Amino acid sequence: MANYSTNEFKAGLKIMQDGEPCNIIDNEVVKPGKGQAFNRVRIRKLISGKVVEKTFKSGESVEGADVVDMELAYLYNDGEFWHFMNNETFEQLAADAKAVGDSTKWLVEQDTCTLTLWNGNPIAVTPPNFVELEIVETDPGLKGDTAGTGGKPATLSTGAVVRVPLFVQTGEVVKVDTRSGEYVSRVQK
Amino acid sequence: MQLTDNWQPSASLDVLRQRAALFQTIRNFFQQRNVLEVDTPILGRFGVTDLHLENLETTLSFFPNQRFQLQTSPEYAMKRLLAAYGQSIYQLGKVFRDDEVGRFHNPEFTMLEWYRINFTMQDLINEVVTLLRDVLGAREVHQTTYQRLFQKYLNLDPLTASIAELQNCLVNDERIADLVKRETDKDTLLQLAMSLVIEPQLKKSDITVVERFPASQAALAELDDDERVALRFEVYVGGIELANGYQELTHAAHQQLRFNHDNQLRKQFGKNMKPTDFRLLEALDAGMPNCSGVALGFDRLLMLVTGVSDIRQVLPFSITCA
Repeated sequence: MANYSTNEFKAGLKIMQDGEPCNIIDNEVVKPGKGQAFNRVRIRKLISGKVVEKTFKSGESVEGADVVDMELAYLYNDGEFWHFMNNETFEQLAADAKAVGDSTKWLVEQDTCTLTLWNGNPIAVTPPNFVELEIVETDPGLKGDTAGTGGKPATLSTGAVVRVPLFVQTGEVVKVDTRSGEYVSRVQK
Repeated sequence: MQLTDNWQPSASLDVLRQRAALFQTIRNFFQQRNVLEVDTPILGRFGVTDLHLENLETTLSFFPNQRFQLQTSPEYAMKRLLAAYGQSIYQLGKVFRDDEVGRFHNPEFTMLEWYRINFTMQDLINEVVTLLRDVLGAREVHQTTYQRLFQKYLNLDPLTASIAELQNCLVNDERIADLVKRETDKDTLLQLAMSLVIEPQLKKSDITVVERFPASQAALAELDDDERVALRFEVYVGGIELANGYQELTHAAHQQLRFNHDNQLRKQFGKNMKPTDFRLLEALDAGMPNCSGVALGFDRLLMLVTGVSDIRQVLPFSITCA
């Protein structure tokens, strides 16, 4: 993998730090008038998810990380791995529990997810921003109650629990924003 | 920082009005004090030898064998005027520095630089503070030495500390720990501490003057009687490094040694060595009056006046859309 000079630093660049691929969030040059310039960089470690700040002397080189994002369709979970397929080449990839993490509760078969690969191996799975899932369990609410005043918890087919308005019932399909984990609307079947 | 295709200005009309007013305020300030405005060439034969400054270079078809340098500051030419005419002078104009683009940096920027005959460093500090209070309104002023500043914030004497002591002191700060561990140049460590640890803790609303930098960072300042430090000062306001001044080195032989030393450092750091401005040396040799001089970033001062956080907002067009 290529090395990057601090001059090439920008948001989105993937570099290696502490043995982990990292994404640069932002980069600021601090330069005393008569002194060494420094790059102050905020990075997100792509495996642990931690955000840390690092400092480099301007002009230093840093090892790049071979990280790419791919759009793949979710197929199934075999108990150990989550399987995804490239709908154009039909190539399949398997992600382990560590890579899938919390996203497991938003995986819907055939939905297109973003897999982040490091050296060809999945290290993160990002579900679509919105998914549609069936409610498998929720307390029967009062009929006629419309505006959600706080709502009630509902368990979805994947095991995810979201707050839904009181009028939404077991067996209905709801649309959820996976970034916030919040109910968006009912889906007409 | 990316280049953009926008045609629109980066500063608002309101800020451009404040920019024009600040030019006027500064010119009035110096007119009242009988300091002569000069505009020395920005395109010149020699650049600077400073380890951490890079000139932009260009060529002229009329002199095909000579490279020309855009000046990083009008210092050398102004000093030749000082040597020739012995008159206090100021310059308010554009300068250029390679490799600097950021929230506080534009490669082309406006510098206010002035020299006062027979001023000591303290006289000049007082005048800088007067100008800043004229422009920014009454603010508290703190003056301290580089040594006291490090003792206060890091409990460390920068003049006597070994490299290992500096590393031990700075390594607990996670943001810089990795760099501290691999860095073995003392001045780089001191600059790291100053820029990333101490500067952010200076009270933003106040004017902070730091004087007597280590002799290893003397640049073109005279050394103090205590030769471990130089008669160099910096002014910080609002977390911004605003001005850098010296009681000027006037001795040609000493100046030559500084140039040589700079070039040795450049070589050591893997940078090209720079030809030295022999005309400046001859001017010093002919006799430069005792004086103090300071360079102040005009655009940064305007950032403080207008309260914006990015230098692009005070420039008609920043480098990204120039």
